Amino acid sequence: MHELSLVASVFEVLEEEARKHGARRVVRVVLRVGVMSGVVPELLESAFETYKIGTIAETARLEIVPVPVRLRCPDCGGEAVREDADFSCAACGSRRVEIVEGRDLVVGTIELET
Amino acid sequence: MTTKTLTVARDLLATNKLAAAAIRAELRARGILGVNLLSSPGSGKTALLEALADRFRGRFNLAVIEGDIETERDAERIRAKGVPAWQITTGGACHLEARMIGQVLGRVPAAVDLLFIENVGNLVCPASYDLGEDLRLVLLSSPEGDDKPAKYPQAFLSADALVLTKSDLLPYLPFDPRRAAEEARRIKPGLRVFNVSALCGDGLEELAAYLVEALERLRSGHA
Repeated sequence: MHELSLVASVFEVLEEEARKHGARRVVRVVLRVGVMSGVVPELLESAFETYKIGTIAETARLEIVPVPVRLRCPDCGGEAVREDADFSCAACGSRRVEIVEGRDLVVGTIELET
Repeated sequence: MTTKTLTVARDLLATNKLAAAAIRAELRARGILGVNLLSSPGSGKTALLEALADRFRGRFNLAVIEGDIETERDAERIRAKGVPAWQITTGGACHLEARMIGQVLGRVPAAVDLLFIENVGNLVCPASYDLGEDLRLVLLSSPEGDDKPAKYPQAFLSADALVLTKSDLLPYLPFDPRRAAEEARRIKPGLRVFNVSALCGDGLEELAAYLVEALERLRSGHA
């Protein structure tokens, strides 16, 4: 439940980019949310809607793109997306897999009006 | 009026990751093992630290950073054991962040061997925040149930070791430590698991040996 402080970090990025590009407003923000990031997309959305009032992103549209867990297997070299919470290699069954994607929270794309 | 689409690809936890990396470097340079304790409230983090303080007394110097939403209570319990402790009250925040640890680090005496960070009691949010520790212990107490690893995978995924606490209550509960360990290892293969009772002292020796091994590894530069 730290979605509001994460949204505050989103706005730091938005304000910085808007300043850098002399933008008048932020039109669209795409957040890439790892399914294992520990964050609930719905809470992120409502925090964003609350936070944006009175900011440069007041009318901005938020898009949340879920990023599934992608595993890499050091035993067979395979790489695959796992939908379930089974952290084993889909190809060879090895449990020594590493998670290469799906734990991060990233501001992907933003659209600015200049 | 024109619109411009930018690919920024900015990691929202980047600031925390940077602060954590600086803490890790400082702790390693000072030869201090940083240990982050994660669990739900009431699973026995402070009791475990009290028991470890007794066990390590005269052999290793401990220090503790306590994270709680309110009160100095946990820090007072640790100080009563003769161990320096600093309380961070987050005032509502559900986890500790690296910069909060950074603010306290300067006060940690040079002679400290093990620095424990007791995170805010919460099995969800603290998992996402690296505090610059070298070891992350996740605690799960027997009254909580052995099905928790599958329900809170992030915490167990980020753990270096699982400490099953309150083993003295096992005769009265349906908790199966083997099942808890299996569930956790399904998420994190090879995870070290310790069964301890801070009250009776069971399993503390193994856990203490594991911590000392990690400290020696860190000091020999093989962390």
